[in-house]
Amino acid sequence: MIPPQFEYFRPASLPEALALLSTYADDAKVLAGGQSLISLLKLRLANPKYLIDLGGIGGLNYIRKETDGQAERIAMGAMTTYAEIKGSSLLQSRCPLLPQTASVVGDVQVRNLGTLGGSLAHADPAGDMPAAILALGAELKAVGPKGERWIKAEDFFLGFYATALSPHEILTEIRVPLSAKRKSAYIKAARRPSDFALVGIAVCLEAGQGGTCERIAVGVTGVTDKPYRAKSLEAKLKGKKLDRETIEAAAPAVTEGVDVIGNIHASADFRSHLARVYLYRTIQAASQS
Amino acid sequence: MHRIKVTINGKEYEQEVEPRLLLVHFIREKARLTGTHVGCDTGNCGACTILFNGKLIKSCLTLAVQANHAQITTIEGLAANGLHPVQDAFLEKFGLQCGYCTPGMILNACYLLQSNPQPSEAEIREALEGNLCMCTGYQHIIDAIRYAAERMKQSGTVQL
Ligand SMILES: Cc1cc2nc3c(=O)[nH]c(=O)nc-3n(C[C@H](O)[C@H](O)[C@H](O)COP(=O)(O)OP(=O)(O)OC[C@H]3O[C@@H](n4cnc5c(N)ncnc54)[C@H](O)[C@@H]3O)c2cc1C
Repeated sequence: MIPPQFEYFRPASLPEALALLSTYADDAKVLAGGQSLISLLKLRLANPKYLIDLGGIGGLNYIRKETDGQAERIAMGAMTTYAEIKGSSLLQSRCPLLPQTASVVGDVQVRNLGTLGGSLAHADPAGDMPAAILALGAELKAVGPKGERWIKAEDFFLGFYATALSPHEILTEIRVPLSAKRKSAYIKAARRPSDFALVGIAVCLEAGQGGTCERIAVGVTGVTDKPYRAKSLEAKLKGKKLDRETIEAAAPAVTEGVDVIGNIHASADFRSHLARVYLYRTIQAASQS
Repeated sequence: MHRIKVTINGKEYEQEVEPRLLLVHFIREKARLTGTHVGCDTGNCGACTILFNGKLIKSCLTLAVQANHAQITTIEGLAANGLHPVQDAFLEKFGLQCGYCTPGMILNACYLLQSNPQPSEAEIREALEGNLCMCTGYQHIIDAIRYAAERMKQSGTVQL
């Protein structure tokens, strides 16, 4: 399959990329790892006249720890690859949910090129990283012609491949708060290794006094037109002891208010069932992490 | 058109290309190295796998213009001085039938053995997730990679 014709730019700096984007916005697309976009071009599902390759811009590829007063956080450049996230010893020790999630995306080759920024901006309704980013309460930095702004992960995903980014903006950084008490896990149900998730659940929790759950955040992917935070479920579990009965009683809320997808891979009923089962398994795994 | 310079297996290729040209087509049709195959053309099968600046990637999901100034190794590059030990092991252990997936499988195995010279069977299976084989059922491929690891340990071969 041959992509449609387009003009190609490889800017050497972010301001240069932004200038190109504001000139060509509606007819342009930025290219990161290409692991989704190049397929979309071949299928003619994307037809940009101009392709702006972010690969020549230095300084969009990093994983570092930052301190803001008492608070610590991780900052990652949008062009950081899955393989770099998987292999980062800083993340493995301070935020293991990210390497754990990155390691179940696609295969070795896809992880060597696919980027964190690309996976979030692409907003596949079954993407893995979005679930983790939601559960971690991340913030995303968008830079455009009018300057920069921070978008909360829970406000970022709007629908089927749609995000809060405007066509003039580039996602440049993802910031994740750190917490010493946080336990976490991501588990996905897929038909085969390297397939997209039928359902993927990311859980972050903090234990309080007497084994109760003081904080819990649940990111869900694969279930509907976008990855989302299961807020009504979180409210049902917060402050409780997370035993089997409690989780099972609350579990239907994981898809509350959500239009569950049914397709050839799994009916809406089966997907809802998977979401409840994987919720339980992921909470168990997080508690024991 | 864009003028690009790409080094493949140590040899430099300079060409005018259309931006939409896929890297796999550059390798096969411009550099005339047809060991890299086009299989599914959707990034799933891994027949077009190459090493790009030392990283294992699928060349059907990359544009040739992105490879300007890159160093690429294809299957032909492994056999510069006789067959590579991984190639030998695939022959010895019948790690192929029709051969279509073999170049990708062998490059994947070389990439794995570079960072993990003695992989377990489970690690080999995980590493091969992005390379599909329709003939062998994978067992002989896995046997070949284990055999290559063993032989390379004994002879102290550097992998690439
Ligand atoms: C075989 C295969 C298996 C896969 N399996 C999985 C899987 O199991 N789970 C999973 O989650 N994903 C999977 N993927 C998809 C993969 O995760 C993609 O890498 C990811 O969706 C896109 O990231 P990218 O860097 O390649 O972005 P690209 O493909 O380059 O871009 C994707 C989109 O995001 C936009 N974009 C990229 N970067 C930015 C930015 N910084 N700012 C603004 N917009 C931007 C682009 O314009 C484009 O619209 C798979 C892909 C393949 C080929």
